[in-house]
Amino acid sequence: MSNAQDDEIVGKAYDGRLMRRLLGYVRPYRWQVALATAAAVLHSGMAVVGPYFNQILIDRYLAPRQGAQAHNFLDRYLPHKPNPGIEVIALLYIAALMLGFLFDFAQTYIMQWVGQHSMFDLRRDLFGHLQRLQIAFFDQNPIGRMVTRVTNDVQALNDMIASALVAFFDDSFVLIFIVVILFHYDWRLALLTLCALPLITFAAFYFRRAVRDSYRRMRAALARINAFLQEHISGMAVVQVFNRENLAREQFREINRAHRGAWIDAVIAHAIYYPVVDILSNLAVAGILLFGGTWVLHGRLTPGILVAFIMYAQRFFRPIQDLSEKYNLMQSAMASSERIFKLLDTPVTLATPPQPAPISNSPGRIEFDHVWFAYKGEDWVLQDVSFSIEPGSTVAVVGHTGAGKTTLISLLLRFYDVQRGAIRLGGVDIRHLDLQQLRRRFGVVLQDPYLFSGAVAHNIRLGEAEISDEAILHASRSVNLHEFIEELPQGYDTVLRERGNELSTGQKQLVNFARALAPNPPYLILDEATSSVDTDTELRIRAALNHLVKDRTSIIIAHRLSTIQRADQILVMHKGRLREQGAHQELLRLHGIYWRLYRLQYKDQELPPEAAPASLLTT
Amino acid sequence: MSRRQLYSLFPYLARYRGRIGLGLLILLCNITASVSIPYILKLVFDHLQKGMSARRLWFYAGAFLGIILARAGFQYLQRLILITTSRYIEYDIRNDLLDRLVLLSRSWFQRMRTGEIMARATNDLSAVRNMLGPGLMYSANALVLFVFVLAIMLRLDRQLTLIAFVPAPFVILAVQWFGKRIHERFERIQSMFAVLATKVEENLAGLRIIRAYAREETEMAAFDDLNREYIRRNLRLVLLSGAFDPLLASLLGLAMVLVLWFGGRAVIRHQITLGDYVAFNAYMMLMSWPMIAMGWVINLVQRGSASWIRLREIMTQAPEIADGPGTDHRLTRVTGTLEFRHLNFRFPEDSSEAPWRLCDLSLQVPAGTSLAIVGPTGAGKSTLAALVPRLYEAAPGSVRLDGRPLAEFPLAILRQSIGLVPQETFLFSDSLRNNIAFGRPDASEAEIRAAAEVAGLASDLERFPAGLETRIGERGLTLSGGQKQRVAIARAVLRQPRILILDDALSSVDTITEEHILERLREIMRGRTTLFISHRISTIRHADNIVVLDHGRIIEAGDHSSLISRGGHYAGLYEKQLLEEELQTV
Repeated sequence: MSNAQDDEIVGKAYDGRLMRRLLGYVRPYRWQVALATAAAVLHSGMAVVGPYFNQILIDRYLAPRQGAQAHNFLDRYLPHKPNPGIEVIALLYIAALMLGFLFDFAQTYIMQWVGQHSMFDLRRDLFGHLQRLQIAFFDQNPIGRMVTRVTNDVQALNDMIASALVAFFDDSFVLIFIVVILFHYDWRLALLTLCALPLITFAAFYFRRAVRDSYRRMRAALARINAFLQEHISGMAVVQVFNRENLAREQFREINRAHRGAWIDAVIAHAIYYPVVDILSNLAVAGILLFGGTWVLHGRLTPGILVAFIMYAQRFFRPIQDLSEKYNLMQSAMASSERIFKLLDTPVTLATPPQPAPISNSPGRIEFDHVWFAYKGEDWVLQDVSFSIEPGSTVAVVGHTGAGKTTLISLLLRFYDVQRGAIRLGGVDIRHLDLQQLRRRFGVVLQDPYLFSGAVAHNIRLGEAEISDEAILHASRSVNLHEFIEELPQGYDTVLRERGNELSTGQKQLVNFARALAPNPPYLILDEATSSVDTDTELRIRAALNHLVKDRTSIIIAHRLSTIQRADQILVMHKGRLREQGAHQELLRLHGIYWRLYRLQYKDQELPPEAAPASLLTT
Repeated sequence: MSRRQLYSLFPYLARYRGRIGLGLLILLCNITASVSIPYILKLVFDHLQKGMSARRLWFYAGAFLGIILARAGFQYLQRLILITTSRYIEYDIRNDLLDRLVLLSRSWFQRMRTGEIMARATNDLSAVRNMLGPGLMYSANALVLFVFVLAIMLRLDRQLTLIAFVPAPFVILAVQWFGKRIHERFERIQSMFAVLATKVEENLAGLRIIRAYAREETEMAAFDDLNREYIRRNLRLVLLSGAFDPLLASLLGLAMVLVLWFGGRAVIRHQITLGDYVAFNAYMMLMSWPMIAMGWVINLVQRGSASWIRLREIMTQAPEIADGPGTDHRLTRVTGTLEFRHLNFRFPEDSSEAPWRLCDLSLQVPAGTSLAIVGPTGAGKSTLAALVPRLYEAAPGSVRLDGRPLAEFPLAILRQSIGLVPQETFLFSDSLRNNIAFGRPDASEAEIRAAAEVAGLASDLERFPAGLETRIGERGLTLSGGQKQRVAIARAVLRQPRILILDDALSSVDTITEEHILERLREIMRGRTTLFISHRISTIRHADNIVVLDHGRIIEAGDHSSLISRGGHYAGLYEKQLLEEELQTV
């Protein structure tokens, strides 16, 4: 189970165990990786030819020496005359540039393609896992954090693959090629050049360590700035009413100054680091100049090779700097993958049994048999609740807030499993049924009408292709929604924004009704909304209810008197127990809890009949 | 992009003109050092051809090293001075931004969403800083280097220089062309990323619906579509960015080929020396980064100016509620007589045909009395309360204090005399002490404890790990709803306000604690004005005057007993609450 500390994992830059799991996602694309690697090798080869061509040019045509032996296999094929020779070299150089361009592009594109596709797979796995995890998991883990797993954390991995991995291959091959060429030219000068390598590596990683602290302070300071702004923007009225404007300014200056301070430390570190690397790599050049120059004077080295050495020395150290720059990226990617795999490893504890019992098509009896349930430990939300609902009947559940009404519904839909007792549908324990088949038998309207962004029709159909347009039209007509939708700019195709907030609460409820009705389910579960709507919509909703419960077994958590009065049976829940049970008049005569609830919540709800449009009352 | 808008940045730069001047001077030294390095190579190779003494070679190597060291020093100073300055300017702008934000009204904050303001304060500000820091430094660097190198190369050989620079404009064009498109495609990825995140958020928020309708598979298919579109957009970016780097490398390589080709022939013709040839190569290497930087800087400036315009929108926004010509600055005291006179009010964002939120409302609250307001949700109770500290502005003269229009009081004086406990408790992630002393940071320990005592926090304080120093909110202790409300009450009480406004301030407090708090409040609010807003009869029954508000109008008024005997809305509410209490005991 994931918790708040997850977000603060600061991992190593490399973790073998995580890397192996990550590589599992790259495995399906191993041939593409091989191709990209081949392209990287070829590109690196093309990238290092420049100084080599210069060496040939100088030693053969510009400053030829007697007695200097031919170093290069190309020498044999090059013309003797200088001008045609230069042309051949230039053309070869151009060819190398073009090939280099192609190989470089191919390498980058293929590697990125692989990275994107493996991240696609990972994201899909994560999302799929979230669709299977039990509801109880989400009670304890905020949605925002789960969204971060699927988006930002995968993104961090993607960044690592896109920039670190791609550069790593390329840089390594370039480094190897240069070393080979340098040793081929002159092993003493090559060793001299290599001397700077450990120094620069050390400087680069020492610098990374040094800036890590100021980066950390910077992130912390930025987080404080953001938190301060967020808080003061949301609470600006409080700031203003309490005359805190000036103090807020001062406080903000202080954290702003801390942020600036951390940055300036990082700037100083950079300001030292770059010149130091510059000195170190040029130290090698100075050495080459001195020793190489002396050897050239003594005829032991050609000027061309000296030029090539100077040119290579300047290229040589770039890959090391590149690699050290990717360090932070690697680190955050490892931390992200740790969080991702932790989520993927969270077990699914509520699922369809291996051999589900067949579910009957004809509506059956719903039975709660001595059901006990607690969300946590022994904190019972339902205690010893037993009742049964005959096929085709309508049951209203009433009770005060926190009486356990909504929990009844969650259990029937098997969002949670009961601790003791059993819930049976047509005589079969629902834990033995296929989860999806069970849920599909129910049309469900939850208390807060939830709409998704997308077309109105999509919100009714919810992606189920088998629901025809006619079914949608029929459903929305029978719940008095059709007229509303017709008034929308694009009718059923009108695209709603997040949560469908351009619709009124009542309209949202009606859309939810239509959604429940569209697949024509044998059972209906309805948690009536408590929020008040205008009279006209209220009447539409009441009329719609008639349609919803017709020929169906219905369980309604009722807030409307009209709903209760129509019910065949009323269940009165109080503090987790089923306290009273029966029809409206019967219960009223008891003068018990129902009687009190009735006076408290329902008595005022009678609408004067003359307020209702006649057309709606006839339904 | 309007140039005028960019001029408004000058004051920020002018403040650091000394530093910027010095930085540019050092930049000049740095580049002088840089361009002399290839020249040393030229001298070395010229003399290697002719033959020279070992001492001379030592001299050149030493000079090379000396220049490298000097250049490193200049680089250090240049970076230190110029980049640091951009951080100072960022600091200044961010402070000015907050200075403006604290002046803006509640309706402005409701129009601009928090996320939008945050985005400007962070992303846009860094874009501006990048324009002023690296943008300024690299463009100065590139420009000066370009001029110096060009001058030297032209002196060495004019013809070869012109040939070598043929690819230069293409490099700059390519950087700019690609830079713009890469940025566009990047934005398209970002927006798809937002869609993807929204999808996951929506899916998880609607989890129960999706499970109840067994639509997991369709959700996964829909997610796959978005996921696929997301990687498609990513790969479209790679198509450009993957070609961009190799293209640059090839264009710069082309310059080297041109030097090799035409420079080689020039050496053979004895038009230039071998040393010149080597120097040409070195100068081209030196020029490669500035050429890339030029294109890049252009993009930085484009993004930075767009961001600056967005920032300026906030920074030039005039405060809607502020002291004006009608303010009488001689007023320094408030007595506390409130009057609403034929008040009609709707929010600035409401359409002019929308019904009034408060309609023809007339009401007097003499100083030292208490008024309670009840009524259903949406009746306008909180709106009425928000008009008193001028969080919203009512029509002039319709809200009056001590017989004068509210706007005559200086805003600071008015608000100082009010203690507001808002409906939605807002506390800051800070210590308990600082939260209580929020409106009076100078309050003594004894005063703070007394206020906490009035708000019924004394026993909670004992249980908190660090007493008054306990941090609350994010990364601190999470308070219960009731505790938060009581902290907010202590915060308001500590100000010893002339007018105390309790907007549903005890809704999460249990009835026994409530009784205790109300008793203490009555004591300390003697002689002061109190406005209670509540759903609970227990909170308001002792008020001197009670009004029932519905749809922005007063439908009943009187004290508790007169309203009960009247048998109207208030009496009904009372009866229900009695029942409720009864039910709780079953």
